[in-house]
Amino acid sequence: MSHSSPPSETLIKTKNLTKRFGRVLANDAINFKVKRGEIYALLGENGAGKSTLMNMLSGVYTPDEGEIRVHGKKVFFRSPEDSIRCGIGMIYQHFKLIEVMTALENIIIGHRENLFVTTPKIRRRVLEIARRYGLPLDPDKKVYDMSVGEKQTVEIMKVLYRGADILILDEPTAVLTPQEIKNLFAILRRMKEEGCGVIIITHKLHEVMEISDWVTVLRKGQNVGSVKTSETSYKQLADLMVGRSVDLSIEHVHIEEKTPVLEVRGLTLTDHEHVKKIDSVSFTLFSGEVLGVAGISGSGQKELCEALAGLYPVHAGEIFYKGEDIVGLSSREIIDKGITMSFIPEDRLGMGLVASMDLTDNVILKDYYRSPGPFVDRRSAQEKTIKIIEDFNIQTPGPHHPVKLLSGGNIQKVLLGREIMSRPHLLITAYPTRGLDIASSYLIYDYINREKKKGTPILYVGEDLDVLLELCDRIMVLCDGKVTGVVDTDETTKETLGLLMAGETLESIERMNA
Amino acid sequence: MLASFLHAAVIAGTPLSFAILGEILTERAGKLNLGVEGLMLMGAVIGFKTALLTSNPFLALCGAALAGAAGALIFAFLTVTLRSNQVVTGLALTIFGTGFASFVGQGLAGFVTPEQVKSFFHPLPLPLLSRIPFLGEVLFDHSIFVYAGYLVVIAAYFYLYKTRFGLNLRAVGENTAAADAAGINITKYKFVHILAGGILAGLGGAFLSLVYVPTWQDNITTGRGWIAVALVIFCKWNPIRIFIGAFLFGGLDIIGFRLQGLNIHISQYFFDMLPYIVTVLILIMMSVKDSKESSPPAELGRPYFREDK
Amino acid sequence: MIQIVKKGETSKKKKILIHISALFFALLTASLFILLMGHSPLKVYLSMIQGAFGTSYRLSETIVKTIPLVITSLGIALAFRMKFWNIGAEGQIIMGAFGASWFALSYPHLPSWILLPLMALGGLIGGGLWALIPAFFRARFRTNETIFTLMLNYIALKWITYLQNGPWKDPGALGFPKIPNFHEHAVLPRLFGIHIGWLIALILVALSALFINRTKKGYEIQVIGESENTARYAGINVPGTILTTIFLSGALCGLTGMIEASAINKTLSVEITGGVGYTAIITAWLANLKEPLIIVVSFLFAAMIQGSSYIQMAFQIPQSAAEILQGLILFFVLGSEFFIRYRIHIRRNPVKGVS
Repeated sequence: MSHSSPPSETLIKTKNLTKRFGRVLANDAINFKVKRGEIYALLGENGAGKSTLMNMLSGVYTPDEGEIRVHGKKVFFRSPEDSIRCGIGMIYQHFKLIEVMTALENIIIGHRENLFVTTPKIRRRVLEIARRYGLPLDPDKKVYDMSVGEKQTVEIMKVLYRGADILILDEPTAVLTPQEIKNLFAILRRMKEEGCGVIIITHKLHEVMEISDWVTVLRKGQNVGSVKTSETSYKQLADLMVGRSVDLSIEHVHIEEKTPVLEVRGLTLTDHEHVKKIDSVSFTLFSGEVLGVAGISGSGQKELCEALAGLYPVHAGEIFYKGEDIVGLSSREIIDKGITMSFIPEDRLGMGLVASMDLTDNVILKDYYRSPGPFVDRRSAQEKTIKIIEDFNIQTPGPHHPVKLLSGGNIQKVLLGREIMSRPHLLITAYPTRGLDIASSYLIYDYINREKKKGTPILYVGEDLDVLLELCDRIMVLCDGKVTGVVDTDETTKETLGLLMAGETLESIERMNA
Repeated sequence: MLASFLHAAVIAGTPLSFAILGEILTERAGKLNLGVEGLMLMGAVIGFKTALLTSNPFLALCGAALAGAAGALIFAFLTVTLRSNQVVTGLALTIFGTGFASFVGQGLAGFVTPEQVKSFFHPLPLPLLSRIPFLGEVLFDHSIFVYAGYLVVIAAYFYLYKTRFGLNLRAVGENTAAADAAGINITKYKFVHILAGGILAGLGGAFLSLVYVPTWQDNITTGRGWIAVALVIFCKWNPIRIFIGAFLFGGLDIIGFRLQGLNIHISQYFFDMLPYIVTVLILIMMSVKDSKESSPPAELGRPYFREDK
Repeated sequence: MIQIVKKGETSKKKKILIHISALFFALLTASLFILLMGHSPLKVYLSMIQGAFGTSYRLSETIVKTIPLVITSLGIALAFRMKFWNIGAEGQIIMGAFGASWFALSYPHLPSWILLPLMALGGLIGGGLWALIPAFFRARFRTNETIFTLMLNYIALKWITYLQNGPWKDPGALGFPKIPNFHEHAVLPRLFGIHIGWLIALILVALSALFINRTKKGYEIQVIGESENTARYAGINVPGTILTTIFLSGALCGLTGMIEASAINKTLSVEITGGVGYTAIITAWLANLKEPLIIVVSFLFAAMIQGSSYIQMAFQIPQSAAEILQGLILFFVLGSEFFIRYRIHIRRNPVKGVS
């Protein structure tokens, strides 16, 4: 990297950058440029081609056409190493950290200098950089002991240590609390002052408005507009992003009559190393209610859902369904009691569906055993599959197509379709819109609301606080397996949720505000 | 008595220590090579044949190392470049290596290692160290091949935990995508360490045919390659623990023979089973108490394709 | 520069073409070895074919060698479907043969129609229980089954060595360590000139295909093979299914042991398997774990083994050449899978601009 260049120098520029996957045009002639001291936003919904673009900039993918210029020079990346050497630093959404290593080890991986690692000199330099950018860093902490925010700090340090002056952050706020987001933005502004160029890839409009200087909107792989942030509006960006004038609000259904259906008391779950994943959690779920579950990822959401569905051993506590304790029952025993519980797990292809099997074999996954005799009844299963395909408008060549070859939205519709077709008495969903585009996401919210109108109690585990606030009636916040607060969505704010996610309680927040 | 038993155990454990170390390096790069048995056999037969033809110990060792490297190269090319299934490729390598060894070894059965080679590998008490009571006899009165075994294990330990190459290697095995994104040439790391693994396995085999037995017999390894794969788990992928694992098994290898000398009459065939039974017990033990620090490299057995999502 | 691109679905025709060319390249590579040894590859291959199919006797020998491969492959395929890497077929065959031999040697005077089913039962149980040991630990503690099953091969082998040299040693063999021959009641009958094992194999192929593709248990096995998490989610009893399936897998291998002991060796010995347990891993894999294909691949491999024992006499090429050839074929087929999943793009080298 060269600090000698003038401050307004163009750091990185793309010209007609194009990438295809098979017949899919993932990026079609993308052009943008970032100058020193600028924060540049790449805005687009899931599937718009943001990740593809980022992967080309970081040398993970090789472009099919077009060129990248860094510091005015045309470059060609064969591997991430080439990109790093040009001063490009990538901070991935899914952190690329080695769990069993320390922060310091993670920072110096792949760096070519001394033969020996962890010398005092290297250590001093790392700490010095952390101080300059105001990053809190414990160099000897193992990654598996870190919070999400700490992990992100290590990722940023990795990039800075290599002297990168072009930083690309992929959906950096996806898993952070509002407070952590504030800290992150402060760091980004600091980098801007230090003369770095920052590219932030996101689908969150208000973040674009808050932090960026310039914004380029991507839709279906196309560059649909590049504007100065100060000269655009929230509404204009939203319309550009989706391609038509949109109303980005979620219907909030109000159901008056509510009866308690599921009662959880003092639920405690431990993993095989006896670490508490859920710690004496109690709550009640009412009919016709969407109860949201918020929390930074890994706060026990997964275990909670699985325990309710009879898939995770309960260490202590009770789960009552209409007064009947269902603790210790397997998922099948719960169903055999006449309680149809639908669980849409976050890992669709790894838990909810069998990736390489066809739609029909996936549709029968939970009730294949009910047909009489030793054989699987695929004939009636096929009829059911065709009905799901029609009802949920699933785009597939037929009922015998492997699910893994469907698009993300259609995969989720197969899962949701199967579960809703079973007329559930209780619906548990974990991150049902993760990775889906806006149209598919809104369809999912619709289905959830439809179930709610039928009076089905719904537990909705989500990560986007805006969606949680609009869709749910109440939100239960988890932190480290404990409930830090249950709030009515009409009477709370995103900031409160953020503080609860970070481990504050409603009382401590009140005291803070007082 | 005990000292002479342990002395023999160290010798019997040496081929294992080479093979285990080789497999540790391979697995640290994220590759599970089940072909160790085949690689050892290839090294054993080529080492032996070269010794017969040239009577030169160096050439014999080079031959064995090359044979192991050649076998490992097949494995590396298939699993890294062509991303084939590692389990099946390893099995294929064992089948191939077994066939290769009996093919090349056809007609060699009964031949003895040439005198020049034998004398080169004669015990060589280390000055000073061998005079340490007990330990001196157990550890420092051996062939230079055994000392070489100590050295590579210790060197590998420092390499793995103290150098940046070792750090990068561990990164490759723990999270290939992260290592790749950090600019590490993962293909190179995988090839180099799989090849190193092959060379070490080949040398382990050569120790059997040149020093330990030292004549040719079909299937000379009798499952040591497999035991080595199991002991990698016991060693928790840490070279320094080879000293426990390999020499414990060296002891099991010879205990039946020793006890017969003491007029304890349990059928020799049960003692022959012992290493395999203990291997199984160790596997069970390691799986019952698994923890984060002793778990295998996270990428073990998984293929990696950068453009996969 | 070379670019690798992931493909979508590859057509069946193309897959077969790719596999056949892999086979061709394997044979081509083997030709180089044969040339180096100073023989004509064409002649060697031709006499291998002659050796395997040339006379009706050789053909029947090839079929006899196909039988254990088919049944063992079925057993292995069952386990592999569940991604349980059972490479202990060798030991399961031995323990099956041991179970069968126990009946054969203990009740030699029972009539055939009682003794043979009892021996089959002994084979099924012997192999099944032997496989159940690693299955239990895998289901309970996730113990690595690959090495476990393999270690059990060696233990089984030592066990037979012990019997052969000790308690079961034939007193009439003049000190030679061998187990007595079976009574003729314990020998499988023949049908159309070949022992009845071929019929058993065909029936088992049909049953296995029906079991895995049509039954609920078969469906559960496939779900577990894809993802244990999904299986749990679906309410499948994962440990229970692992135990049943692996018992069946081992039982099939054990039955192979019974058939080989009864029809071929007419006794129990350490050489009972002839390496079938390992070869069957290859045949099961090459057949893509599909039952009908297992017959085809096993037959070809049996022909290769039979053919190579013939060229041993004709060309003095050691029989282990067959093993090398097996390894080579597997290498090439494994490598060829790449071309089913990926496409290679070769582009002109763009400008290198990295400072």
